[in-house]
Amino acid sequence: MTAPAIELKGISKSFGPVQANKDISIRVAPGTIHGIIGENGAGKSTLMSILYGFYKADKGEIWINGNRTEIPDSQAAIAAGIGMVFQHFKLVENFTVLENIVLGAEDGGLLMPSLSKARKILKELAAEYELHVDPDKRIDEIGVGMQQRVEILKALYRQADILILDEPTGVLTPPEADQLFRILDRLRAEGKTIILITHKLREIMDATDTVSVMRRGQMTATVKTSETSPEHLAELMVGRKVLLRVDKVPAKPGKPIVEIEQLRVVDEAGVERLKGIDLTLRAGEIMGIAGVAGNGQSELLEVLGGMRSGEGVIRLNGVDLPLQGAGSDARARRAAHVAHVPEDRQSEGLIMGFHAWENVAFGYHHAPEYQKGLLMDNAVLRADTEAKMAKFDVRPPDPWLEAKSFSGGNQQKIVVAREIERNPELLLIGQPTRGVDIGAIEFIHKQIVALRDQGKAILLVSVELEEILSLADRVAVMFDGRIMGERAVDETDEKELGLMMAGVAGEVA
Amino acid sequence: MDFITLIQVLDSTVRLATPLLLACLAGLYSERAGIFDIGLEGKMLMAAFFSAAVASVTGNVWLGLLAGIAASMLLSGLHGLASITFRGNQLISGVAINFLAAGLTVLIAQDWFKQGGRTPSLLTEGRFGPLTFPFADSVRDVPMFGPIYSELLSGHSILVYLAFLAVPATWWILYRTRFGLRLRAVGENPAAVDTAGVSVIGLRFAAVAICGLLCGIAGAYLATALQAGFVKDMTAGRGFIALAALIFAKWRPWQAMGACLLFGLLQAVALRFQNIELGSVTIPVQVMDALPYILTVVILAGFVGKAIPPRSGGEPYVKER
Repeated sequence: MTAPAIELKGISKSFGPVQANKDISIRVAPGTIHGIIGENGAGKSTLMSILYGFYKADKGEIWINGNRTEIPDSQAAIAAGIGMVFQHFKLVENFTVLENIVLGAEDGGLLMPSLSKARKILKELAAEYELHVDPDKRIDEIGVGMQQRVEILKALYRQADILILDEPTGVLTPPEADQLFRILDRLRAEGKTIILITHKLREIMDATDTVSVMRRGQMTATVKTSETSPEHLAELMVGRKVLLRVDKVPAKPGKPIVEIEQLRVVDEAGVERLKGIDLTLRAGEIMGIAGVAGNGQSELLEVLGGMRSGEGVIRLNGVDLPLQGAGSDARARRAAHVAHVPEDRQSEGLIMGFHAWENVAFGYHHAPEYQKGLLMDNAVLRADTEAKMAKFDVRPPDPWLEAKSFSGGNQQKIVVAREIERNPELLLIGQPTRGVDIGAIEFIHKQIVALRDQGKAILLVSVELEEILSLADRVAVMFDGRIMGERAVDETDEKELGLMMAGVAGEVA
Repeated sequence: MDFITLIQVLDSTVRLATPLLLACLAGLYSERAGIFDIGLEGKMLMAAFFSAAVASVTGNVWLGLLAGIAASMLLSGLHGLASITFRGNQLISGVAINFLAAGLTVLIAQDWFKQGGRTPSLLTEGRFGPLTFPFADSVRDVPMFGPIYSELLSGHSILVYLAFLAVPATWWILYRTRFGLRLRAVGENPAAVDTAGVSVIGLRFAAVAICGLLCGIAGAYLATALQAGFVKDMTAGRGFIALAALIFAKWRPWQAMGACLLFGLLQAVALRFQNIELGSVTIPVQVMDALPYILTVVILAGFVGKAIPPRSGGEPYVKER
């Protein structure tokens, strides 16, 4: 039997009191795609960072191809034949593809010989693995799918035999993701070993040969992919049975609550971000906005939430909302019963260094019940926070804790509680479950559905197509500042939506 | 303005642009590597003092130059320690260095030389003398070419030629060598450099060291070539004007030379035309002296366009979890 490409024996790593990896052992067979799945904070990234020399393990051994190997830094990892494609690409944006590939792997003090050699090797690699990129394009001129290819090529150029991909599909459209998996198949066929880190069950089921599950710093199981199911993996990840589908009754759409007509937004740099949006949001219905990040979804949320000015018409219950100047700000929107859970809770939803009870006041600090004469009634506010924390199962339920001390899921619950508990007519919610663990996702989804069932309108923006398909009742796909098409969720599928996300127009429904 | 006056103004432009150019290139290396440095001023001042002090004591200008470079590099090391090793705030570290240099130079000068915070005036051997080009004297009277060759091109100190040669050298290092590629990369995205197996800390310290070297030469030039000895605050904001030139040049070497020549011209004009009579109104000398600084603000505010600094400038590198 051949030695495992990678074998980790008893790896442990602590950050202060937090034990990120506890006695982890894993064997990865050469020429396979090995998935590692787990919730956020389960320790996947820490483990891979140890393998790539970013951190040093407190205990444990790393064996590569049957040889005990010390990996104190990235240099050693590269020498051991390990290449890593990070979730956030490590590319120099204003360098060309060629310069990025050569960086750190130059042949001598002068650049020209290295560059022409790389150009030649790049051609060979492109032919061998069907990884075509234009070597002279700058990184900021090519799309994310291409950028990811550059990362893979960087690893291959350094003669990596073992490729680690950390959440590689997070930024890709479904067709781009399919293409990535074809490339991975090809790499496997050429004898490369691939470790795929993800939290998406579907990718694990589709792409991997073997899968290891991590939970709270421990490796809970390693199974053959063909012998397991998504439900079983989810249970292993969370440690209890979870509902993968959102439990909801069919929507009963009522009267239109929000009518958007020819909405345009031009950003600070003069770029037109929304190019005439028409959209109607009905009572008792969740409208999902799908699309690859950066196609105008953020601007749509911001203009509706009063964080950005625009042109066109937005009517809320028949009344025009000002889109510029007085009355178009976030405070006016809140007064008009528009609640907003922003996409980035850490920079826009919360102030990370403030206590939970202070964060619960934001946006509603003018509310009469929080006032006591000229001062704020902090005692009332804290009591209110405790009540909200209890209702939304925020852990730990301590109003005096700073926002940054909560986990991602609990931070999001604080924001969602603040906004939903105001009983809004329209709830704007962006990326509600980004960086949130499965248990909290289930809870937050339930709250959104409950608000829908009270007859409110909900606009859900998410880059996770799965989330939109399971939570929304209707879906509109955005591409390049326009709506490519609108569908009832049960009359469409990922394939059709994926095409629209890539800019292929859908027929008008 | 006659031809000879023009040549004289341009000649003094070159001499006044030299310290700006050296400091500007110093800042270029540092900031391209992602370390903002508003301490150029302080480093120049420290170098000016130590070069003048050592040159005056030993009578050897080259020893003076070395002392100036050493003093400047010491401060660079301090800036590197604070902002690279300890990940401190780069602006605060730079400000501290400026204060340190302003106070320390005068204090030590008073203690050593007891001349009210200045060094003794340097004699000929304590200064960088002019280098005369071959035939400079014999062609002096040839019309047009003569003055250009013997006044404008010939007759500067060696440090002037060094400064202007540093421009193509910097361009070549930046765009044609491995070191330059890595230097530019570390200022844009240090994580890319780190994951490629290259030391971010090593690169940044190298950049800061080059910055110290060039600032040291700039300071020594001020005290031992442009003038003859150190006086209190003799850098007079040149470190900041160099920073302005760097932004104006958008962190590129050839453009940096252009910007420094422009600021040098402004200073030369102010020196040359002290009181200007405009009909019945006389523009006082103070206005002319202030002109380069005022124009610095105007140019930066109005004519630069969008200057995008190196993307990771000012941020200490921390590996993300």
